Amino acid sequence: MDLQHLDTPPSDAERAAVDALLGPPGSAWEGGERTGDDLRRADGGQAARGRRDLLLPALHAVNDRIGWVSEGALGYICRRLTVPPAEAYGVASFYSMFAMHERPKRVLHVCTDIACAAKGSDRVCRTLRERLGPPGHGPGAAHGGDDAEGGASEVAWAESPCLGMCERAPAALAIEAGDPPGYAVSAPADPDALCTPPAARATDGHRPATARATTFSPDTLAPLPDEPPAEAAVPQAGDPGLLLLGRIGAVDPTDLDSYRAAGGYTALRRAISLGPSGVIREVTDSGLVGRGGAAFPTGRKWAGTAQRPEAPRYLVCNADESEPGTFKDRVLMEGDPFSVIEAMTVAGFAIGAARGYLYIRGEYPLALSRLENAIARARARGLLGKDILGSGFTFDIEIRRGAGAYICGEETAIFNSIEGLRGEPRSKPPFPVERGLFGRPTAVNNVETLVNVLPIVRMGGPAYARIGTGSSTGPKLFCVSGTVARPGVYEVPFGATLRDLIGLANTGAESPPEPRAVLLGGAAGGFLRGDELDVPLTFEGAREAGTTLGSGVVLVLDDTVDLPAVLVRIAAFFRDESCGQCVPCRVGTVRQEEALARLSGGTGDGSDIALLRDVGAAMRDASICGLGQTAWNAVESAIDRLGVFSDAPPRRSLPLTTAAPSTTKEAP
Amino acid sequence: MTAAPETPAPSPAGPVPLAPPRRLVGVTVDGEEIRVPEGSTLLDACEAKGIDVPTLCYGDTLTPRNACRVCVVEVEGARTLAPACSRKAEEGMSVLTDSERVRHSRKLVLELLGSSVDLSTTPGVPEWNERYDAEPDRFGPRAEPAPLGERDARHAGEHGPVDGAAAATVEQPAKDDNDLYVRDYGKCIMCYKCVDACGEQWQNTFAIGIAGRGFDARVSTEFDVGLPDSACVYCGNCIEVCPTGALSFTTEFDMRREGTWDEERQTQTTTVCTYCGVGCNVTLHVQDGRIVKTSSPHDNPVTHGNLCIKGRFGYQHVQNAPGRDRVRGVGESDTRETME
Repeated sequence: MDLQHLDTPPSDAERAAVDALLGPPGSAWEGGERTGDDLRRADGGQAARGRRDLLLPALHAVNDRIGWVSEGALGYICRRLTVPPAEAYGVASFYSMFAMHERPKRVLHVCTDIACAAKGSDRVCRTLRERLGPPGHGPGAAHGGDDAEGGASEVAWAESPCLGMCERAPAALAIEAGDPPGYAVSAPADPDALCTPPAARATDGHRPATARATTFSPDTLAPLPDEPPAEAAVPQAGDPGLLLLGRIGAVDPTDLDSYRAAGGYTALRRAISLGPSGVIREVTDSGLVGRGGAAFPTGRKWAGTAQRPEAPRYLVCNADESEPGTFKDRVLMEGDPFSVIEAMTVAGFAIGAARGYLYIRGEYPLALSRLENAIARARARGLLGKDILGSGFTFDIEIRRGAGAYICGEETAIFNSIEGLRGEPRSKPPFPVERGLFGRPTAVNNVETLVNVLPIVRMGGPAYARIGTGSSTGPKLFCVSGTVARPGVYEVPFGATLRDLIGLANTGAESPPEPRAVLLGGAAGGFLRGDELDVPLTFEGAREAGTTLGSGVVLVLDDTVDLPAVLVRIAAFFRDESCGQCVPCRVGTVRQEEALARLSGGTGDGSDIALLRDVGAAMRDASICGLGQTAWNAVESAIDRLGVFSDAPPRRSLPLTTAAPSTTKEAP
Repeated sequence: MTAAPETPAPSPAGPVPLAPPRRLVGVTVDGEEIRVPEGSTLLDACEAKGIDVPTLCYGDTLTPRNACRVCVVEVEGARTLAPACSRKAEEGMSVLTDSERVRHSRKLVLELLGSSVDLSTTPGVPEWNERYDAEPDRFGPRAEPAPLGERDARHAGEHGPVDGAAAATVEQPAKDDNDLYVRDYGKCIMCYKCVDACGEQWQNTFAIGIAGRGFDARVSTEFDVGLPDSACVYCGNCIEVCPTGALSFTTEFDMRREGTWDEERQTQTTTVCTYCGVGCNVTLHVQDGRIVKTSSPHDNPVTHGNLCIKGRFGYQHVQNAPGRDRVRGVGESDTRETME
């Protein structure tokens, strides 16, 4: 490609950050020193363009070390990867964790999503606003506003969508650029510690970054505390009956031997003896369906991928867990990372993939470190790589880190994100099993789905299918948060009722608070009333109740919660996270937030509810992907089931529209 | 000398077919059977049936992006509506183009766009608004346009406080940073066509891309640098495909601002560009004896509506020539006749 690049040169640190990932440049064409040889050499073609998928890692490399992506840095990345600058800018500006303007090295991401808002995230934000100035990454954040002494502060902060630490709400994540970058989680958030200006941190810049085992420094940013162990999020930890969470707290998540001593890698051995089609048969017989929210039969997905004639095929593990209220995958990855690696290996074996991508959201630095360590150790022991366990099967896993975009958890947006494009969903058909990552047949599975494959292979599909109910088989993880005594991840067989689960989470509480409402399935799910807790937690039970299990969110809200404010937050979330590709979602989520702001602010009336129904129906019917199609679910259920805004005045002005709601259900 | 072996003569019966014949698939559109070649879209099927389907982001020379969703139709048995412009017709498919669901979504798309974008120069919109009872004003008064550059500096995943008093829009002052064309992104519906035409589908220049996310997504050069600092080669192929007039010749932009732009008074003359040997077709739009813009026929099998900077913008010499009055004379009479 004959590209015109930016003239601004990168700084030495920016160049070093990119070179640490990509190696030194091969020629002046790639941004290196100009030599006489360059005159008789041409770069181009597939070899030059074929590394586009390294764009996101390269942007991370710069953002991790410098804290933002300058013109010089972006230009250098573009030269190295033969990417047009306008496209690279479009990719970088798509993600909320990248800044295109200078900002302080330490950035605080303060979760203001539903679970954290219910636990007082507004108090944290107020303190940060007083001490650090207004939130934001934009221009002006370079000096982070003024701190209390009137000087430029060294910390910027921003409100964040759900950080997946709902059991410890309100949560905040501090990330500090450097070599290596550092992080710390403050949950429950301690505003004083968060505001403390960072002390000079020891860097290991003398060590080449490639020699580092993990992306982030293992040392927590001072003065914030270390994170509690993963089992702190699993109130059932130690229960011998747990199939998915059993090892959390029982094994050392950084030690492969500890994992193997607890039954690790027996499933892979058995999978190899079964053969690929045997594994797919067991998974099909087990009745396992996807746990990410869509509930698609995993066996059918794998069989469909394995049958395709095209090669290579890919496996993608979707660890971009971002649904507000969801943290089960984080707990699995932090507490039992080797099981994710083993399960991916089994899946890769079944579908005949030689390469798996694990796409983890950027807000999970601890889980990232654990997985990086697990992959390195598995590779060192020959459990990844060539000829695994002497079977002749070759498989390896590459981690790709998201950068703050909920939409990248959509099953086709994740491909675009890995490929170095904007994380916009593709239109289907073609489906991923036909044309997925890099245009090849791909199976994309959620972390929890994959981890279920291990007990399926060990105990056999039919035995697994006896757990749960007839059409919802197996155990299911639920992320219980909000006003319960013991928030955390719970493993229960399908078929338990919502009341059972909330009872479990209130074990030991003297007088558990009466739930006013439960948000089931996350922002894309729906609300249930406090008197509807007998819903069985199965896919069909939830469907009959007119809601969805989604990703397993059970967010319990009591009377103290301002429900209209929760709805405005949900609407703001969808507006922020819409990719902007299709009109119903791009503009519809904005109009939805505006109407809810009017209703919750007391200036709305009945016509706003009609307007919400109209916009919601169009989003559900005409959006490209699941984000837009579900962006109105929770709001609709709050209006219809909880009666939120039922006291809104009837329309004050002349009706601008016919009031007849035209939801998909009522449409002909 | 031996004669060169003769190449087999083409069949005298007609033109040599360029591709193997395509199988036909039968679909039902609004209750009526129709057979279309395999690979046709539902939009093709609707057009073959004479059913008018509104389109905005669809471009006849580009791969459909199905971003605007104004062309949605109801495919029987599908959970959601399908974009007619890109969904391929399949055997036995039954499609409704005017059901309640279809009408509702099309109406809402028109309302959502109309309330957030300046559609005053988008052809078709007034008629469609009437057909679907769309009332773009029902979301409240429009918010004030953003100052120039403000939208470009927005950070992904963030937005300011919302009180619902005004409907947010994408409106902002036009970007007028070169002599040849103006980017008035207050009129941009994010159809992606200019980006595709600039990038790998036609020009391979990649001067612009989609930046930002959600409602703040916008067409942008890297770091929003001005066009003269970007990779732009001023081929104007983005203007050719822009469906809303967000991209326009500086001549058109200025005349619209002065109120002198009048398509009724314009003639269009398709001729051959004389700059090089390719022989691209150029269509000269002439008002009051002056060329006011240049387009190119999309059905040209070689250029598909694309030109280079010379064909697109290099017409000034015609008007500077000593015989300029003659050109004005051409514009005043029936151009086509004169040219022929």
